[in-house]
Amino acid sequence: MFGDYSIGDLGSIFVMQGFAGLILFSVYVLMALGLAIIFGQMGVINMAHGEFMILGAYVTWMTSNLFQTYLPGLFSGYFFLAMILAFFASGALGMLVEWVLIRHLYKRPLDTLLATWGLSLMLQQAYRSIFGAREVGVELPQWMLGSLRVTDSIEVPINGVFVMGLTVLITIGVAYVMFMSRWGRQVRAVVQNRIMAGAVGINTAKVDRYTFALGCGIAGVAGSAFTMIGSTGPTSGQLYIVDTFLVVVFGGAASLLGTIASAFSISQTQSTLEFFMSGSMAKVLTLLAVVGILMLRPQGLFALKVRK
Amino acid sequence: MNDSRFTSRSELIGILVLAVFLVVILPLCLDVFRLNLVAKYLTYAFVALGLVICWGYGGILSLGQGVFFGLGGYCMAMFLKLEASSVENTKIQSTPGIPDFMDWNQITALPFFWKPFHSLTFTIAAVILVPGIFALVIGAAMFKRRVGGTYFAIITQAVAAILTILIVGQQGYTGGINGMTDLRTLKGWDIRPDHAKIVLYFFEVGLLFACIFVAQFVRHSKLGRILVAMRDQEDRVRFSGYSVANFKIFAFCIAAIFAAIGGAMFALNVGFMSPSFVGIVPSIEMVIYTAVGGRLSILGAVYGTILVNFAKTSLSESFPELWLFGLGGLFIAVVLAFPNGLAGIWGDYVQPRISRFIGVRKPKAGWTDNSVADGAPAE
Repeated sequence: MFGDYSIGDLGSIFVMQGFAGLILFSVYVLMALGLAIIFGQMGVINMAHGEFMILGAYVTWMTSNLFQTYLPGLFSGYFFLAMILAFFASGALGMLVEWVLIRHLYKRPLDTLLATWGLSLMLQQAYRSIFGAREVGVELPQWMLGSLRVTDSIEVPINGVFVMGLTVLITIGVAYVMFMSRWGRQVRAVVQNRIMAGAVGINTAKVDRYTFALGCGIAGVAGSAFTMIGSTGPTSGQLYIVDTFLVVVFGGAASLLGTIASAFSISQTQSTLEFFMSGSMAKVLTLLAVVGILMLRPQGLFALKVRK
Repeated sequence: MNDSRFTSRSELIGILVLAVFLVVILPLCLDVFRLNLVAKYLTYAFVALGLVICWGYGGILSLGQGVFFGLGGYCMAMFLKLEASSVENTKIQSTPGIPDFMDWNQITALPFFWKPFHSLTFTIAAVILVPGIFALVIGAAMFKRRVGGTYFAIITQAVAAILTILIVGQQGYTGGINGMTDLRTLKGWDIRPDHAKIVLYFFEVGLLFACIFVAQFVRHSKLGRILVAMRDQEDRVRFSGYSVANFKIFAFCIAAIFAAIGGAMFALNVGFMSPSFVGIVPSIEMVIYTAVGGRLSILGAVYGTILVNFAKTSLSESFPELWLFGLGGLFIAVVLAFPNGLAGIWGDYVQPRISRFIGVRKPKAGWTDNSVADGAPAE
């Protein structure tokens, strides 16, 4: 399959596909970060995660429309406000969902899966009723259009670079919150031993609620970033949910580093294969490889060594 | 309650009531079109039945039952499609004698894995064996390594996604997104007219009862009790010297085979098979049928399937907007408020009243030896 290309062409192909893979990687990482917190830390399977992401995307879309109508002068900067709004909208919805639904189900992980799936169906229909069944796309500000020419045969789009930069920042932020802050320490304490954490005076119910809300909020930011590279419809979230779960499981559920490594390897494999075969076969091969590796190594790439 | 018997008296009455309902009442009350709809619902009841064994008793939630439903359905559909694409029927194609979608995709010879499906015997064997062996491989790979619970659910879901993408992508070999349509005859017997639909309905009900009896047998045997023990305290069963993995594999395979029989009946009754019954969404919907019926109740699964599908058909006919809200609400309500489903409501509220009304004194309230809400499966 390499026969028709010269060495230089192949190099460019790999770089360009590698870059396309990096954008996919950013989406995976952003979605998986929230999920890694909710699933990896709390053990809750949130099948509605994609819908929290789409909420962020719709918030971004509404903000861009608002700016276009009322504040056209500030349009080039709307995205930063939209991201913050998306974080709080998804986070607030997450907090509500935790209070109404999830907190009753911590002891029954398989049942959270069914309940959140029901939630995702309801949210999808709500989006369809409110925003319409058609996909919506945001208008990008001028400075995000176009692409950077690296060499003669290699070009990278600016919005892609922006999304990647954003991903790096958010990842660092999450790592800081989880591993450096006092609150992150409380979260990890509750995860490791709920009863003892409660005994030393941590309000575990509150920690649970805010952890879930943080995970959902990050999903909202992911959705916000998602609007930079694709359009949003009521069911867009569902397309990514299985991939994202695989990313988290493949990385080793409790490990943040593992999540990033697995998002990287999955997205790179997929986008490189995509150049040589049809998109669907590339996806099938990638997913098969992941499932195969998981059968050989069920604990994922980076497993914490814990005694059960 | 004496569990060692094959069925207790109340269960026998339940089975009889279901039999009267399906064999006498429904065919008398419904026209052929509606009866065919019930036949379609009942194909899902096979899946729900398997999930009672696998999920309710074994504690293994599989979100990939659509895979087995689809494999069984596709095996059957391949046979029917080959029969429908005889050389006389496909004269206008550039290559006569192969299915129409292959011709559209510039395939000129029948692929090798299609050839054995000329034989009905092989097809029936394949309906059982292909999904069975597939389940065996997945089950052995996962359970031997002690992967279970949520991880297993996610991986089966990924398998469902993979198979759907594969079927849709390989249009020339599988019919792609449209699936296999225009299935006509079974060994020269036309499956499309009304009387054939009625015959197929009764045949399906017969098969369903065969599966119900198998499920009853599993449940009341020592095997069924080990499954329950394993669901509640896996480690203790392992320490007692049982091979937990083998029992799980068995439950998973039984569920897969039931689902495959359902799929094959679907292809016969509905006359087509498509990837929209294989993927993640249908697979998870099949779980909700079981959950609504009561994940521990074999008969409940059948009623749950009929009820949810009936609600789906009538709601989505008249209020398409409301259906997804209804289905979503159903998921949440069943999980939060009625973890034992219809069977739980029946056992907790209806049956005691009936007994009091007739004047029979029940020895004890409660409907089975175990319920889901408090004895949640241990991870």
